Amino acid sequence: MDAIRVDGLVKTFEGFTAVDRISFTVEEGELFGLLGPNGAGKTTTINMLATLLRPTSGSAAVAGFDVTRDRDAVRKSIGVVFQEPALDGRLTGRENLEFHTMMYGIGKAERRRRIDEVLELVELTDKAATPVDKYSGGMKRRLEIARGLTHRPKVLFLDEPTLGLDAQTRRHIWEYVRKLNKEAGVTIILTTHYMEEADFLCDRVAIMDHGTFVALDTPVRLKDTLGGDVISLELEGDAAAFLEELGRLDWIKRSKRHEDVLSLTMEKGERRIPELVMLAQQKGVTVACVNLRKPSLEDVFLHFTGRTIREQEASPGERNRSMMMGHGRR
Amino acid sequence: MRIHWTAVYVLWRREMIRYVRAKSRIVGSLAMPVFFLAFLGLGFRRMPVPGMGGGAGYIGFLAPGIIGMTLLFSSSMQGMSVLWDKEFGFLKEIMVAPVSRVSLVLGRIAGGTTTSMIQGLLIFGASLVMGFRFHGLAALAFGLVFMLLISFTFIGLGLIFASRMKDMQGFGIVMNFIIFPFFFLSGALTPLENFPWAIRALSYVDPLTYGVDGLRAVLIGTSSLPVVVDLAAMIGFALVMLFLGTYFFEKSEGV
Repeated sequence: MDAIRVDGLVKTFEGFTAVDRISFTVEEGELFGLLGPNGAGKTTTINMLATLLRPTSGSAAVAGFDVTRDRDAVRKSIGVVFQEPALDGRLTGRENLEFHTMMYGIGKAERRRRIDEVLELVELTDKAATPVDKYSGGMKRRLEIARGLTHRPKVLFLDEPTLGLDAQTRRHIWEYVRKLNKEAGVTIILTTHYMEEADFLCDRVAIMDHGTFVALDTPVRLKDTLGGDVISLELEGDAAAFLEELGRLDWIKRSKRHEDVLSLTMEKGERRIPELVMLAQQKGVTVACVNLRKPSLEDVFLHFTGRTIREQEASPGERNRSMMMGHGRR
Repeated sequence: MRIHWTAVYVLWRREMIRYVRAKSRIVGSLAMPVFFLAFLGLGFRRMPVPGMGGGAGYIGFLAPGIIGMTLLFSSSMQGMSVLWDKEFGFLKEIMVAPVSRVSLVLGRIAGGTTTSMIQGLLIFGASLVMGFRFHGLAALAFGLVFMLLISFTFIGLGLIFASRMKDMQGFGIVMNFIIFPFFFLSGALTPLENFPWAIRALSYVDPLTYGVDGLRAVLIGTSSLPVVVDLAAMIGFALVMLFLGTYFFEKSEGV
């Protein structure tokens, strides 16, 4: 059974279409990413899957249950870590977890055991009796992730899990998320606008822009759609014979020469370097320097949308859009 | 729809923890009614109140009014605390839980009623210090019934507003243009008989009018309406408001 099945899902807010007919499935145990700029519709998608928003049209099922008809069954199967903290600051860490586990109907002994267990896992045991208002941003995030796990959900939604966290905490959370997915087998859907996060964590990534998916595949294959890696060779000496030889190789997709530097596009570039250097030597050219650049998801995003994700965020039109979204989400 | 009693309990418990920890909030919210009691009670001490028999004096007239006012403010704030939870994000945590929406509403009503009743009883205690005298323990028991009904009514009203509002922006408007008029129209401070008929007509659609009048009837034995009418009206208001509050809360989306 698929952990998530989405078919033609649409959400409009007062005439503005936040999510526009998206369809996808997520397998059980998969770590699936929604990547896109702010206002792309990621959070709205998550909110619909988590039963917090009713879809305008289309259907979605989580853990086999329909998100509009079978809300309680969906709610029982999922854990959600929201983009903005959803903790009661006046309660202590442990009290927040107790509130949660009681809401999910977990018995007293089991409750205590699981709370201790997750606190240990996110290294907050010694802060358990402190009111959450006194926690740092990273601690709050960790507590929320811990909370999302106490009821052992089949599917865990993480909405921008590392937004606004420092690099070290981010790493920490990445490792933690990965461990959860690989060891505990929890299906995880995360949204992010950090390319490296999607690349590092996700089995598959859907690139989302203006409410639709512009691409959906594994990070590796998404990057491969760009035609592969770029190898730059700095050449010394007469390169004519070498270039002629290169022209006969069908695995070189593009080649461009700029003064002494030759740029070649190909798949699996790292495997081709020795071959290229050897060939150059045979043709009497010295390779002074080799540089291999792997395309990033940033390049993929650029390829599919014509803009970089940062340009997207900076343009005023986008900002309005995300403000409207923010309004709609409240 | 099924009621999840554990969820009701845990929501109630959360409210209690928050209430106990927010000591400054308790003091702040009690200050105004205590000042009203003290200064109006002292200032109008020798004024005769029309229609009031017995030797209760103005404090006898005022104390039930101020108890009603305390309940009005604290219950409607409690009902609207949904908005605070929305503002601080905690509402999502509540809404995503696998419990029926009715349980969520009941939890809020339980928590809100308890805190309002505590506030109301504290003001009741303060009024005793200021010289308020009531007709024995049986009177107090009936008084508690009215206090409960007032709390239910305005928690329901608060829930309606909170479910219809997107954020805190409308909060001030609701307080100034709905809650305060409810207070002044109810005859909590001044006898209804002194209002011109047009204003009096408004008073008779104000639930607090019946609540305060009912409190006066049972606590000091004088009222402008028969106590049965007060009780029936309050039961009616409480049921309607709770029903509407639940209905609108259920319909509202979680984010």
